[in-house]
Amino acid sequence: MTEHLPALQVVIALTAAPLVMLLNRLPRLAWGVTLVTCWATFAVAVMLLLQVSDGSVIRYEMGGWAPPWGIEYRVDGANAWVLLIIGLVSAVVMPFARRSVDQEIPADRIGLFYSAFLLANAGLLGIAITADAFNIFVFFEISALASYALIAMGRDRRAVLASYQYLIMGTIGTTFLLIGIGFLYIMTGTLNLGDLAARLPEVTDTRTIRAAFAFIAVGISLKLALFPLHLWLPNAYSYAPSMVTVFLSATATKVAIYVLLRFVYTVFGFEFSFVELSMAWVLMPLALLGIVIPSLIAVFQDDVKRLLAYSSVAQVGYMILGISFASALGLMASVLHLFNHAITKAALFMAVGCLVYRLGGVSLARVAGAAERMPWTMAAFVVAGLSLIGVPLTAGFVTKWYLLQAALMEGFWPVAALLLATSLIAAVYMWKVVEAAYFRAPPEDAREVREAPLALLVPTWVLTGATIVFGVWAQFPIGAARNAADALLGVPQSW
Amino acid sequence: MVSDAALIYLALAVPLIGMFALMAASRWAGLRDGLVVTTAAVMFGVVLQLLPRVREGQRPSATLLELFPGLEIAFVVEPLGMVFALLASGLWIITALYAIGYMRGAKELNHTRFHVFFCIALFSATGIAFSANMFSLFVFYEVLTLSTYPLVAHKGNEAAKKGARTYLGLLLGTSVGLLLPAIIATWWLTGTLEFTPGGIMAGRVDPTVGAILLVLFMYGIGKAALMPFHRWLPAAMVAPTPVSALLHAVAVVKAGVFTVLKVSVYLFGLDYLRELATSDLILYIAVFTLLAASLVAMQQDNLKARLAYSTVSQLSYIVAAAMLVSEFAALGGGMHIVMHAFGKITLFFCAGAIYVATKKTAISDMHGLGRRMPVTFAAFFIGALCVIGVPPMGGVWSKWHLFMGAYDSGYPLVVVALVVSTLLNIAYLIPPVVTAFLLPSPEREQTGGVREAPLLCVVPLSLTALGCLALFVLAGPLAELLRPYLAVPGG
Repeated sequence: MTEHLPALQVVIALTAAPLVMLLNRLPRLAWGVTLVTCWATFAVAVMLLLQVSDGSVIRYEMGGWAPPWGIEYRVDGANAWVLLIIGLVSAVVMPFARRSVDQEIPADRIGLFYSAFLLANAGLLGIAITADAFNIFVFFEISALASYALIAMGRDRRAVLASYQYLIMGTIGTTFLLIGIGFLYIMTGTLNLGDLAARLPEVTDTRTIRAAFAFIAVGISLKLALFPLHLWLPNAYSYAPSMVTVFLSATATKVAIYVLLRFVYTVFGFEFSFVELSMAWVLMPLALLGIVIPSLIAVFQDDVKRLLAYSSVAQVGYMILGISFASALGLMASVLHLFNHAITKAALFMAVGCLVYRLGGVSLARVAGAAERMPWTMAAFVVAGLSLIGVPLTAGFVTKWYLLQAALMEGFWPVAALLLATSLIAAVYMWKVVEAAYFRAPPEDAREVREAPLALLVPTWVLTGATIVFGVWAQFPIGAARNAADALLGVPQSW
Repeated sequence: MVSDAALIYLALAVPLIGMFALMAASRWAGLRDGLVVTTAAVMFGVVLQLLPRVREGQRPSATLLELFPGLEIAFVVEPLGMVFALLASGLWIITALYAIGYMRGAKELNHTRFHVFFCIALFSATGIAFSANMFSLFVFYEVLTLSTYPLVAHKGNEAAKKGARTYLGLLLGTSVGLLLPAIIATWWLTGTLEFTPGGIMAGRVDPTVGAILLVLFMYGIGKAALMPFHRWLPAAMVAPTPVSALLHAVAVVKAGVFTVLKVSVYLFGLDYLRELATSDLILYIAVFTLLAASLVAMQQDNLKARLAYSTVSQLSYIVAAAMLVSEFAALGGGMHIVMHAFGKITLFFCAGAIYVATKKTAISDMHGLGRRMPVTFAAFFIGALCVIGVPPMGGVWSKWHLFMGAYDSGYPLVVVALVVSTLLNIAYLIPPVVTAFLLPSPEREQTGGVREAPLLCVVPLSLTALGCLALFVLAGPLAELLRPYLAVPGG
């Protein structure tokens, strides 16, 4: 059984999806099956991470076909870490989903909704686990198509437009990726990532490979919402159902970043990407702009969900910034931030989900005075918000600390200063929400508002607690991130 | 014999336990107020247990947790921190009594919330006092800022909110914008943030970089209120008076100058500090602040605002003491933390008592009030003398050391400035007493004899006034306790 874990990682969710669709008439059961599936997926992810925590690599030949002809699943420290993030978030968001989805999705579509969710989940897991370039594209499409459906199910009519925007941008992104992969295939005759890495050096000096690199980098950048290719993200996150926003914000962009790292480090190699093509000098300015501008835009948002969406774009900037240092420490900081930001932002969007559940919306005017009626929800928002800002003893601080170290190590003093300055901007936009919720009087027409139900609060606090736990006992995520960086660099570093 | 670590954790835990206890007892006002005083007393008792060990030359220490290698939340009790912790917890007992009287007398609301945040503030002040490294100190420093914010905004009206926003904005802005970069740079350059006798920078940090770091540190420690980042302190005066008394005359502001001393002595090291181009610059900024704040204080008719500017001025004495880089001055700075604390808390207690008894806040309204509240104004007089530094008050000794230090290090101009400032102290602290005792009261208020504030207000302020007197005699033991903090190993 354990040797089939890599296959199970994807297959469980993939097979459960049509089953859940058949259960459309029985929403409660559909939810139950989805819950069990997500927990099983999470368990598999944990087992995989434990297996590779010693630096080993698990190879799995799909259907017994030997690579490079068959599709290979390959688990190392890097993608086990990403699998864990996806598994964890889906496992925590499912208990949260029941009440939230019941309220936001028409009863006759709940089964379909969960089915799409499982497909999105399976797609993301597949992207992370597969070692086949074309397979990556296929899973990208699976997760993307499912996400379009999920987003379009938002209550606001604008969700449809947001989903359509995402569809256009996402399709351009995956198409670029496909073109790039096609070029690679033409030049090398293989699709297996390891095989590609072995054969590319012979042909790197061709325009085709450089074009392939460009197509892949731009295509993935669209998917990971790198500034200025982020335009789809704020709308998609703002209008999607609460639970979808939680899940996608914590996983979708992270997986895309992982794919970027995989291509840059494993397939093309550090030499080609950073030395020959000087990718750092493209990424760093975009990362810095991507941190500063969306942060400033976030300050002027009136809708909490939208505000957090812009903050997500900025956070992607931090992750790209770490990569752009082209150092082991910077890479490790980025990989660490994948996790820390996932739990932080998921906790924040869950708190927002609680607010939506009781208030019906989260414009600042509607959130006004909410803290008095919903103290636990707002407390979670504040704690997770501190982690987003990067206050010591929260998860956010740990990554900021390492990012700063990485910046200083390269001698980028102004970048380090900018990192601190943008933390202050984050404090400003989080403060806007806090001020509204704690210090403003509730609107006149406020309905009788009570604290969110426990079914929503408990999952919210699980992740909120995690931002504290992993901020205080940071050894676990740091160790895992180092492992992941080792796996990407191919050589164990002396940390 | 209780272990060192247990005592340190207990000192930190007591205010938190007390906080939960009084939250649970919030429905029974009497019990809750009793718990506040008990908590303060127990905490003082625990801190006192550490004193003999520190006097014997031990340095009790404990490591709570290690975030990642080299970055720890750890504690060590050294003389300066010992004094600060004793001061904060000891004065908390008196303040707790006073707060009960004041909050009831002035008919403030939300007593439980008030006491809860007070407990957190004292917890973080103790954390600052015992921090073994700059990172721990920074964490507690920020907790102190955040926990005092609701206290400043306590009244909840527009003025309180506005004041609180200035308070939070300036303190958070300076600490994140300047102090944190300085800490990170220090870590980056030296590989440690440990408070080490003799400093950690010598030989590791280029003096040019060190000079920049010094400016970042001194302005980053916004709680020390160097101009132009002093605005938060007058803004904080919208808080109920017990907050102004314990927190904005003792715990918060003293945490600021305490950090200044810690950074100067244990991170930079006095010898290294002497080499830096900017230590003179900061010295002159501090001297400017202490003169300018005194001048501003003279203009204030609101008694609490006048006291606040006086605090800004007195804090700069201590910053100046650190920048004089003489051991005399640094010792004087340490002593001044205590002397000024007793003097200023007395003054604030008096201001609060006057408010509770008469609702008056303006000095120009206090004509003849001394005949109505003789004890309060007598205490005010004593507190004022202590802040000015006149025998037989404790304040004379710290100023004595400061003068000696300034003269010793070859800064005659600073000596002159200190003399001028002392004269200004007299000019703004004595008039309220004169107004109250010597000027005739307005016609309509001449009826009635002595009508003091409630006993729970008057007794605490008498106690602290007596403390000012007692410190005149106790200055010797205090100096003995503090002296080792300047000792450089092998020096």
